[in-house]
Amino acid sequence: MEVLPVDLDALAGCLSSSACLVTQTTSGLIIGMLLFLVAVGLTLIFGVLKIVNFSHGAFYMFGAYFAMTAYQLTGSFALAMLAGAAGTATLGLIFERVFMSRVYGADVLMQLLVCYAFVLIFDDVVRLIWGPEFKSMGMPAAFQVMPLFIAGGVVPPYYLLLIGVALAAAIVLGIGLSRSRIGKVIRAAAHNSGMVSALGINTGLIYGGVFALGGGLAGLAGALAAPVRSLTPGMGFSVLIESFIVTVIGGMGSIVGALVGALLIGLIRSFGSLGFPLFTEGLMYLFMVIVLVSKPTGLFGKEAA
Amino acid sequence: MTELEAGRARTLLPVRGGAMLLRYRDVMIALIAFAVLASLPLFTGSKALLDFVIRCSAYGLFATSLNLLVGYTGLTSFGHGMFFGLGAYSFGLIMQKLSVPIPVAFVATLAITAVIAAGIGAICVRLKEIYFAFVTLAFQMLIHSTILSWASFTGGDQGLRGGIPRPAFFGVDLANHVHLYIASCALLVLGLLAMRQIAQSPFGYTLRMIRDNAARASFLGIDVWRAKLTVFVLAALFASMGGMVMALFVSGAYPEFAYWTISGEGIFINMLGGVSTFLGPMVGTVLLLLLNDTVTRFTEYHGIVLGVVILFFALGLRKGLLDFVADWFSHRRDAGEGR
Repeated sequence: MEVLPVDLDALAGCLSSSACLVTQTTSGLIIGMLLFLVAVGLTLIFGVLKIVNFSHGAFYMFGAYFAMTAYQLTGSFALAMLAGAAGTATLGLIFERVFMSRVYGADVLMQLLVCYAFVLIFDDVVRLIWGPEFKSMGMPAAFQVMPLFIAGGVVPPYYLLLIGVALAAAIVLGIGLSRSRIGKVIRAAAHNSGMVSALGINTGLIYGGVFALGGGLAGLAGALAAPVRSLTPGMGFSVLIESFIVTVIGGMGSIVGALVGALLIGLIRSFGSLGFPLFTEGLMYLFMVIVLVSKPTGLFGKEAA
Repeated sequence: MTELEAGRARTLLPVRGGAMLLRYRDVMIALIAFAVLASLPLFTGSKALLDFVIRCSAYGLFATSLNLLVGYTGLTSFGHGMFFGLGAYSFGLIMQKLSVPIPVAFVATLAITAVIAAGIGAICVRLKEIYFAFVTLAFQMLIHSTILSWASFTGGDQGLRGGIPRPAFFGVDLANHVHLYIASCALLVLGLLAMRQIAQSPFGYTLRMIRDNAARASFLGIDVWRAKLTVFVLAALFASMGGMVMALFVSGAYPEFAYWTISGEGIFINMLGGVSTFLGPMVGTVLLLLLNDTVTRFTEYHGIVLGVVILFFALGLRKGLLDFVADWFSHRRDAGEGR
């Protein structure tokens, strides 16, 4: 009886070659950065609204499709990114105000059910509008240039842009939340929304805004991923599960945790695919189990929230 | 005897008698239900109807066992489907590789499920609420990935193929469609009856107390961890039974049986039927399967239809169907008594 396929030689071979190391690390970083953008929205929404947004993957999917359509219409990559982010942000706002706001304080299962319903609906809406087949946005002309060689490893320039945009989003978000007035109000609402509301601040607006922000970030991730991944209805799902793992590992509600968790998962995926080709996913779940068992609130989660 | 004890003795006796009566009533209902289901093939030759009941048996056992966790103990498991898949796979593998009689494979699968559930449960039930949900989900996906990657043993993404041998035992030939149907109904009714006994036993009421206030239960001297672990393993056994019915029905086992969507459907079934009545999940199972079957016949966009129906339940009724009916009846009764 053959046991699980393990190829430790390939993993060791890669770790000793700088070219392979660079290639695998960059691919791990882009997986991680995309996951971070999705997961940070998830963690923000959970932190402020106390809702596990099970339909978050749909925003990633819509972001990719919006970007593809905008790119086909205008030919501008920047506009495509904007369409992905702004379109999904609007969608998030509507989704929160019209549907999610009705189930606040209800049973967690009820909230999950509403989200589950929208996972089904959104997937079919995409199938209706864009068709069920695999789509591809194609790499924008500006990035169809020679890849860079760093220490012998091949790095496409688009990967650098992707990592840069995601990092910038992380920094802006981090500083915005800790320094700006709106950021402070959001953090206060996460802590005690009743008190914030009593101080005359429209918490409904904050909730909608946070949902829009989270949806927009997931949409941005989808738009950034559109040139390098194939688009299909249901593409949000694996991303959703992975970003759940990220938020759980990092700690629900923690932005730093989302970043660290996303990078860890990205690297586990890219290096794990060498050593354990068929068990890469299993590796992530195993890692999640280990983290949760040793620290149930996640690496950066607050104790007993 | 103090007055307090005397009073308790007086109130206890009729309650115990009532419990006995209730138990007989449950057994009677089970017998009647089984008689009705078992006589169905006499009246109709429709294979589709019998197939539908077999599928209801598999999912009904699974969903009702999930309700032991979700509804009775307040443990929202997102990974309960792993035991459904585990049941299907271990049963299928034992039958294919060891060619033992079906009852032996049945018992062996239950034993395997109990051991694995005890191991996973020991880790999971320490955690609370959303974290419990996520760890169970992680274990589910771990088992799913293992099934996918251990292709030489489990058949990988192709599933267990080549059919599961179904040798006859005690005159029961499960390769015969009607025999399989009767056996599924028997398993369903027996499983439901057993779960009903668990739910109505003192242990079942301990579980409700843990759900409502775990700290208080612990102060009263109840080992909360052990009670949760016990119900986790019990629920896993019934889910595994559901998986075995499914494996027998399709004569195989597929990775989808262990995928998280099975758990999602289980939760959905519970919400659809209602978690506050024992038969709620069973009603939910019939509803979901009916809905799935009719909707897929009329449109390829069944996600939209299903989603809208879910929204109607979640935002409109705000509870499961049987919960809604039960509430409606109690309101009417209260109104009739002039309250």
